[in-house]
Amino acid sequence: MIKGGNRNTAKLLMERSVPDRVGSVLPALDVPEQPLPDRALLRDDLALPEVSEPEVVQYFTGLSQLNYSIDTHFYPLGSCTMKYNPKINDEVAFWPGFAGIHPLQPPELAQGALELLWRLQGFLQEITGMAGVSLATLAGAHGELAGVLMIRACHLARGDTARRKMAIPDSAHGTNPASAAMAGFEVVTLPSDKAGNVDLAALRQLAGPDLAGVMITLPSTLGLFDTHIVEVCRIVHQAGGLVYGDGANMNALLGRVKLGDLGFDVAHLNLHKTFSTPHGGGGPGAGPVCCVESLLPYLAAPVVARGGDGPDYTYRLMTPEASIGKVSAFHGNFGVLVRAYTYIRTLGEAGIRSISANAVLNANYILQALKDTYHLPYDRRCMHEVVFSADWQKARGVSGLEIAKRLLDYGFYAPTMYFPLIVPEALMIEPTESETRETLDAFIQALRDIDREITDNPDLVRQAPHSTPVTRLDEARAARQPNLRWRRERSGSEYP
Amino acid sequence: MPFQSHYIPNTQQEQAEMLATLGLSSIDELFLDIPQEHRNPSLDLPPPMSELEIQRELGGLAARNRPLGSGPSFLGAGSYHHFIPAIVKALMTRGEFLTAYTPYQPEASQGTLQVIYEFQTLVSNLYGMEVANAGMYDGATSLAEGALMACRVTRRSQVAVSDTVSPACVEVIRTYCQPQGIAVDLVRHWDPQVTSQTACLVAQYPNFYGSIEDIAGLARLAHGQEALLVLSADPTAMGLLQSPGHYDADIVTGEGQPLGIPPSFGGPYLGLFTCKQQYIRQMPSRLVGRTVDRLGRTGYVLTLQTREQHIRRERATSNICTNEALFALAATIYLAALGKQGLKQVAELCYHKAHYAAARIAELPGYSLPFQRGAFFQEFVAQCPAPPAEINRRLLERNILGGLDLSGPVYRPLLPPAVDKGMLLCVTEMNTRADIDALVAALGELG
Repeated sequence: MIKGGNRNTAKLLMERSVPDRVGSVLPALDVPEQPLPDRALLRDDLALPEVSEPEVVQYFTGLSQLNYSIDTHFYPLGSCTMKYNPKINDEVAFWPGFAGIHPLQPPELAQGALELLWRLQGFLQEITGMAGVSLATLAGAHGELAGVLMIRACHLARGDTARRKMAIPDSAHGTNPASAAMAGFEVVTLPSDKAGNVDLAALRQLAGPDLAGVMITLPSTLGLFDTHIVEVCRIVHQAGGLVYGDGANMNALLGRVKLGDLGFDVAHLNLHKTFSTPHGGGGPGAGPVCCVESLLPYLAAPVVARGGDGPDYTYRLMTPEASIGKVSAFHGNFGVLVRAYTYIRTLGEAGIRSISANAVLNANYILQALKDTYHLPYDRRCMHEVVFSADWQKARGVSGLEIAKRLLDYGFYAPTMYFPLIVPEALMIEPTESETRETLDAFIQALRDIDREITDNPDLVRQAPHSTPVTRLDEARAARQPNLRWRRERSGSEYP
Repeated sequence: MPFQSHYIPNTQQEQAEMLATLGLSSIDELFLDIPQEHRNPSLDLPPPMSELEIQRELGGLAARNRPLGSGPSFLGAGSYHHFIPAIVKALMTRGEFLTAYTPYQPEASQGTLQVIYEFQTLVSNLYGMEVANAGMYDGATSLAEGALMACRVTRRSQVAVSDTVSPACVEVIRTYCQPQGIAVDLVRHWDPQVTSQTACLVAQYPNFYGSIEDIAGLARLAHGQEALLVLSADPTAMGLLQSPGHYDADIVTGEGQPLGIPPSFGGPYLGLFTCKQQYIRQMPSRLVGRTVDRLGRTGYVLTLQTREQHIRRERATSNICTNEALFALAATIYLAALGKQGLKQVAELCYHKAHYAAARIAELPGYSLPFQRGAFFQEFVAQCPAPPAEINRRLLERNILGGLDLSGPVYRPLLPPAVDKGMLLCVTEMNTRADIDALVAALGELG
């Protein structure tokens, strides 16, 4: 519905600005005015909006209503684990006893925070079957970077300077090769076999004295548990390499298997996926790095250590002896870590197992219901997500992208499209454990209805979406003539 | 009865019915691809807790921390105590913002996309720079990515970092640069060595010790060797001081935490990242652009994505994916609420209060301000008559959180020999005159 007056979101902040309006009132200066520095050091060109508080509230509320979100829509975005984000977790993270503490205040003034972090390290060690954890990394890709830097540091510490190659499956998320490149590795692609597992013959060929390691996402981005995984780890270890685990899909494995038991050496978790911290429209996340005993000395700094005797333990930050160093200014995304701690503590052992049970059940329920309507390229039991190909529909003239856009009209967010790259017209659907069966049934029906529309009225699908605040956007124009900020119009052109 | 979580709707009955559609009779059968010897391991986690119990437990943990608001606090050094209007939390925690994903489907994400476009506009204006991206993890990683970007732009592989840059940031720059074979040299801020091999000169504005350096001079020095000037700049100070763009800086980054984000024990924060227009194709992280839809209506999309990891993979400008969009939203709301006058007022309050505190401390016997000859903003170093750790301990007895102790092994070698008992003090609008007078009185007694 279009809103009238200033509640309409079309006008940007700088266009709403009216000289002398204020959006907040600050206390008067209560100390004698001090001499200012040389005038040349002071600016007189600060261009910020001048708007009142009601306008700010109305504008941002209006903008929020243009979004689909978990709280308003089913969000089956594969690989992103868009599960319900509990409100209690947000509430506690804002308590002054957590949000109001300074990262550099003396540890004796932050013992509660440090104990929480120490306990969370323990939970994540137990869940992954690893020996240690650093919570300092600020997102999944940041965890990957830290993890592959640890692999690099470990090889270099052994005097093994020849290990320049990092093998990454063709189904991997783009952050894996990007992280390996940032850590100075040469990326080599590892093909998948017909069943969607790592191609063992290809791996054996790569496994030599120049192989630093492999980066494996488990379950893979095809939503499949690699039945060769123990053998993959064995081959890499025999060649002197290390195995990195991308924990983006851990929701499938919680309480079902531990990465450490399978042979992984180092892995990251996405707390903003598996452990329900809100994604926030693109962060903040947290990507703790977990590792086996032999890699502990290289963990990113800092980690939390416990000292003294019970019950009067003391907690402190420490730098592991051969740490890859600091990866961020302070100790990690504490507010996110508080939320994840609260989540794990709330669910406990039984609840954590229930997550994987229901996430995998819900995905297979969708798989079963739609496999006759949409092509299932790997026809086997899936884990937490199912990857269909829309190539049957493509043959009838409508693409996977168009189907995804049409779902928006049905009141569902779109699945992940065209990923993994090895599935043509991929539609990757991850329902998570927190959706009701009624929602899953409605979603299944929507995808069946869209399939029927492709026969009855293909243009309806091709032109979708129809009911969103805007229709299909001209992305080519955005890239060709980048307009990345508002500027006052000058001689008819908004941007130089 | 088995445990039923309030976050998971499926009942036992529903599970059984859904399993039946798959021809299965137990959950365990879903997991047969996992090798049997590793399947269903023991999981030593505590039992589930009710919301009431978890509130009690967390209340106990929170009570063992001292929040900045519980007494006068003068600690800064990269994380700052500023006033946050109530509307920031009220708006950013709306579920429509909080529980959305990265805006890959623009038609269903115009709210987040328009916010990021606003953020890019306001951050560009704040720094006087041509373009800003959608944000980075934090100030330190933003600065490190700025150094990497300068190496790509100049095709050089040496980075000169001023010794007045935050030591934590310097360490992150090293972590990021060294694996790629980029040399990181710490240079003296009063005589920075920049050569024809240097990709960039990295400096901080105001610097880690609060002082305002000659940014125009640094820019001339860098540009004289066709190197870039990469800055980390405090966004609050931009309410008062000339923008880095005014001094012709090439890449300007910053810690966005002062813009409406609580200190929260160090995170989540927000990396600000801006540069000159000519370098946008080497920028890391997301960019939002303005365009039109099929009906000619204005809309916003993620753009220039061929720089990014999901398209370019190992040849991307960075591996960054999830960044800090929610806190870019917080900063945008903060800047809208404070506005042109408010940010200037905050900066002036910080400036005058810090200078008042500094002048009073300089009068105390035994204390001196070693860097007082230059201009400073809201932080300054006081040389103390006793070890700063000892002074801080005794301030705490009066419920005053003192400044950062600079006498330890990290900071001491970076300072002149005479500054052997330095304390870095920070004064913001959160400190009342009574707070400052209490600090000064306590320091006088302890000195």
